[in-house]
Amino acid sequence: MKSGSNLEKVLAAGHFAVTAELGPPMGCNMEPVRKKIELLRGTADAYNVTDCQTAVVRMSSIATSILLVREGLEPVMQMTCRDRNRIAIQSDILGAAGHGIHNCLCIAGDHQSFGAAGKLKGHPGAKNVYDVDSIQLVGILKQLRDDSRQQGGDALDGPVPLFIGAAWTPLGDPIQIRTTRLAKKIRAGADFIQTQAVYDIEQFAEAMRKARDKGLHERAAILAGIIVPKSAAMLTYMNKSVPGVIVPQHLIDRMQAAADRRAEGIRIATELIEQVRRIEGVRGVHIQAIEWEAAVRDVVGGAGLLPRPVV
Amino acid sequence: MIIAERKPIEEILSIIGDVDSVLIAGCATCVADCMAGGEREVGILASALRIAAAQRGKQLEVLEVTVERQCEREFIEKAREKVDRVTLVLSTACGVGVQAMAERFPNKPICPGVNTKFLGLREAEGVWSERCAACGDCTLHLTGGICPVARCSKSLLNGPCGGSKGGKCEVSEDVDCGWHLIVERLTALGQLDRLEVNIPPKNWAASRDGGPRKVVKKEYRDEERE
Ligand code: SF4
Ligand code: SF4
Repeated sequence: MKSGSNLEKVLAAGHFAVTAELGPPMGCNMEPVRKKIELLRGTADAYNVTDCQTAVVRMSSIATSILLVREGLEPVMQMTCRDRNRIAIQSDILGAAGHGIHNCLCIAGDHQSFGAAGKLKGHPGAKNVYDVDSIQLVGILKQLRDDSRQQGGDALDGPVPLFIGAAWTPLGDPIQIRTTRLAKKIRAGADFIQTQAVYDIEQFAEAMRKARDKGLHERAAILAGIIVPKSAAMLTYMNKSVPGVIVPQHLIDRMQAAADRRAEGIRIATELIEQVRRIEGVRGVHIQAIEWEAAVRDVVGGAGLLPRPVV
Repeated sequence: MIIAERKPIEEILSIIGDVDSVLIAGCATCVADCMAGGEREVGILASALRIAAAQRGKQLEVLEVTVERQCEREFIEKAREKVDRVTLVLSTACGVGVQAMAERFPNKPICPGVNTKFLGLREAEGVWSERCAACGDCTLHLTGGICPVARCSKSLLNGPCGGSKGGKCEVSEDVDCGWHLIVERLTALGQLDRLEVNIPPKNWAASRDGGPRKVVKKEYRDEERE
């Protein structure tokens, strides 16, 4: 065991893993987090806590993750390269591990101009950092864990138990580089991979075939991303505007025609899980029910993945 | 080349305030090429200031001078006579030129007339774009001659983030994804496999992060030459 985290144990025991996302609040009120925790409790093996997604200020991923630990849920703390240099990142990781947070997902993070693209203002005038990129960050975490050493070379007083994650956008542009990127993340030390949302099963299966050709599925646990759709408009938007997300027209039509769109969204997500599960090398799913945590139990249950294994 | 853009006239008027005489000091090098602060732009700006002053019923004497390179002390010296005649100098050179003037004329307010933007290239008539962030440790050989530090919005060194779409950066549809360009170029060169190497964290100490930088060539320095 590298970290002893529940997610690591579930995967090591050969179970099909489930992670789900929890977005921190835009404020210091813990109540909304507690509500989400209760909605999500028992639905997944670990819960991704986002790190100021879309570059809008929210409660920190670390602080929110600590609350999850206290409430008995296992967090996957997300860490972006956007806001911290390598000193702050390592310091935060040490603190997080000290508080019992042992899964960390390394991502570049949305550029700070991103927030202003939506309904919120964000901080497009912020100074960003990007001292290291997500692949270098994976390597830094591996060094903290395996060598008890900081990036600069100084020794730590002991190893840092971490289960290291990275993101993969298999269908993102420029597509010819996506397998290479995945390979680099795994070479740097990623233990698990969470993918961008999958809707186009055929194209995703093809990307997985390329990953298998390089044996990547054996070196890291790949969890397919599932975003629970709420409406046809949301699917159309994602298809058009979210990089690397391809939504087949038949899914959009299906959502459009549905009498009960929410029930249809849950059904679609459930079916997607069943389909990705059949693809060789997919070892779990990462479910994002963006601000609709109540849907997760139905989706996971519908896919026959409840109760979650106790390991 | 250093790319600059003239400040808006309202900002320039507020910078010069109510002085009665100003020298607009241009530079005939980079800022002339990017049409921000060469002799021609100095002339245009001088007229604009004269008109603005006249409209407000103010007395403002506007002198003009353009030196070969405002970032070189000996060229600046040629402006001394005019500098002495005014209350304030508005330099339309890049920030280096402005500071060179400030060093040379310690008792004279030297103000910027342009915003110094970046190290760039003229892409087409009237279009300039950033090419280098002067990181102090050039690794263009690893990325097909296209710079990820300057041209990727996140300065990523190991390939594109997940935000690239149709060759454009997630920051804006007007921004080319630097990594898309790198991948295209390496593909054309048959060198895409170069991107398979993991590049370790960059040493930004060679960049601005290491503090103000200096280059000293001992062989050209009399006092240090053995
Ligand atoms: S690697 Fe550094 S020096 Fe070379 S072009 Fe990029 S920013 Fe400039
Ligand atoms: S889209 Fe391209 S240029 Fe923009 S941040 Fe991502 S990799 Fe860099």
